[in-house]
Amino acid sequence: MNNDIVIQTKDLTKKFGSFTAVDHISFEVRRGEIFGFLGANGAGKTTAMRMLCGLSRPTSGMGQVAGFDIARQQEKIKQNIGYMSQKFSLYGDLKVWENIRLYAGIYGMKDADIARKTEELLERLDFTKERDTLVDSLPLGWKQKLAFSVSIFHEPKIVFLDEPTGGVDPTTRRQFWEMIYEAANRGITIFVTTHYMDEAEYCHRVSMMVDGRIDALDSPSNLKQQFNASSMDEVFRKLARKAERME
Amino acid sequence: MGLKYLLEKEFKQLLRNKFMVGVAVMFPLAVLLIMPWATNLDIKNIQVALVDNDHSPLSRDLIRQIEHSTYFNLQSQTGIYREAFADLERWDADLILEIPAGFEYDLVQFGTTPVQITINTVNSMKGVMGQSYMNELLMQYSRALAETGNRPSSIVSPKVELITQYMYNPTLNYRFTMIPGLIMITLIILGGFLPAVNIVVEKEMGTIEQLNVTPIGKFAFILAKLIPFWIIGLVAVSFGFLFAWLIYGLVPLGHFLTLYFFAALFILTMTGFGLLISNHSATIQQALFVMFFFVIIFIMLSGLLTPIDSMPGWAKGIAAFTPTKYVVNVLQSVYLRGSTIADLWIDMLVLIAMTLFFNIWAVISYRKSQ
Repeated sequence: MNNDIVIQTKDLTKKFGSFTAVDHISFEVRRGEIFGFLGANGAGKTTAMRMLCGLSRPTSGMGQVAGFDIARQQEKIKQNIGYMSQKFSLYGDLKVWENIRLYAGIYGMKDADIARKTEELLERLDFTKERDTLVDSLPLGWKQKLAFSVSIFHEPKIVFLDEPTGGVDPTTRRQFWEMIYEAANRGITIFVTTHYMDEAEYCHRVSMMVDGRIDALDSPSNLKQQFNASSMDEVFRKLARKAERME
Repeated sequence: MGLKYLLEKEFKQLLRNKFMVGVAVMFPLAVLLIMPWATNLDIKNIQVALVDNDHSPLSRDLIRQIEHSTYFNLQSQTGIYREAFADLERWDADLILEIPAGFEYDLVQFGTTPVQITINTVNSMKGVMGQSYMNELLMQYSRALAETGNRPSSIVSPKVELITQYMYNPTLNYRFTMIPGLIMITLIILGGFLPAVNIVVEKEMGTIEQLNVTPIGKFAFILAKLIPFWIIGLVAVSFGFLFAWLIYGLVPLGHFLTLYFFAALFILTMTGFGLLISNHSATIQQALFVMFFFVIIFIMLSGLLTPIDSMPGWAKGIAAFTPTKYVVNVLQSVYLRGSTIADLWIDMLVLIAMTLFFNIWAVISYRKSQ
């Protein structure tokens, strides 16, 4: 496998009974890339992502993440990735610094490093005065920024973001994408699903999922050219028209 | 590696939850304050309808004995059995004692005389207890008669004399047998129900997914869940021991360390069981219902409410698989009989086996990927 390729799948498939949620998808993601994983609700984005993260076992097909097999080396993969789920999943009854410390500790960081990096992070986010705030009482946008920061705190090779900006106002989304770029510049590969087509424009490459299959995969500008569209939104609507699945 | 951080998290979450801290203290207190009185199985105030057909000094003497007994209330006294029976049918009386005509004559002449006891056994417990108390009382009465020399010396004593000796709990105070059991119930609730809900709550909140995607070990995860509840259980059981002493003056005849050893073991068993149910449940509701199902079996077959010896064979078979059977035996033995670990080694081995079984299962059934 090419050293520059950090995610690779071949005919990856997941079935729930007779329903095929993910249908033979094959793609590659390069190191340091911001890879957009797009599709309508129910297209199979989350299921595919969960397989890549080692949360779900594939029914058939192959995949490698950070050089480890997604069917057999799930725990090895987990050491090398960060993950931010669609549902906010930090502990609301823990303080901001306690959530950071918990996950950093689980990933094996040293106490002193955790303390130092926590202060740095809080300062960078302009969060210092919220250090001892219970996460439950933070506004949603701040929660999302915190969740993202926690998911890359241990400097993973790849971070998986499942609709990270859902329900967040445009200003915060903008800031969020700045944080994503910052992480990508540090060499972290970003694998992100989203509904927002303007966000798709920020990605280096984008895949479009329709009914469990990847129907298109290229850079936003190439896709627009290919579909003769003026925006990613139009590309998406042209593709989604073919969808047979209901939401 | 991650265990330290997970434990920190669990303790912070538990201690931050004021409700839970209160529960750990208030629960044993409430259970021990209220339950021993309400679940008292001592039968008292058995209503006696008396039919005296003799009206002799000796029959009046017997009646006085009944009046003075703490178990019996003399509800009515007539000369006609039919009236007494009507009392029984109206539930005014629980028991009819009929003294036959010639009671005194027979006693003095032959040293023996029959009396008739009629009992309402709709409440079989009360009926059986009433009968045995009455037998006891009649026995004492005839013994006393023999001693006072009220009878000719040719007939000294009844041919068969039944002496009942209540061992270990000489006052037959039901509260004393109940209290160790109530301490156990406290442990089931705190050590079993709380963990049963705990993992499912993380599933419903979605926080478990964030943990599942980390390289955290299954063993560390379960251990971090187990230890806080174990400590809560030990705190609660300490309060239980304390309240049992403060409120009822009940101190174990055996060693406190023996009690703690078995309590610690039992909490681990129940916590492992709770976590295992939590792992297999998708919702809090499901976890609670499954837990209730087993806990009712555990309590009913524990021997706390009804003796295991009088259960049918199949029920005894099921009881053998409940951890509660062993812990009730242990707590009662240590409290009332002063047993040591050497006496209770079978219970110890069974509880250790169950602890291992449930906890290993809990670790295995915690799945980080579907």
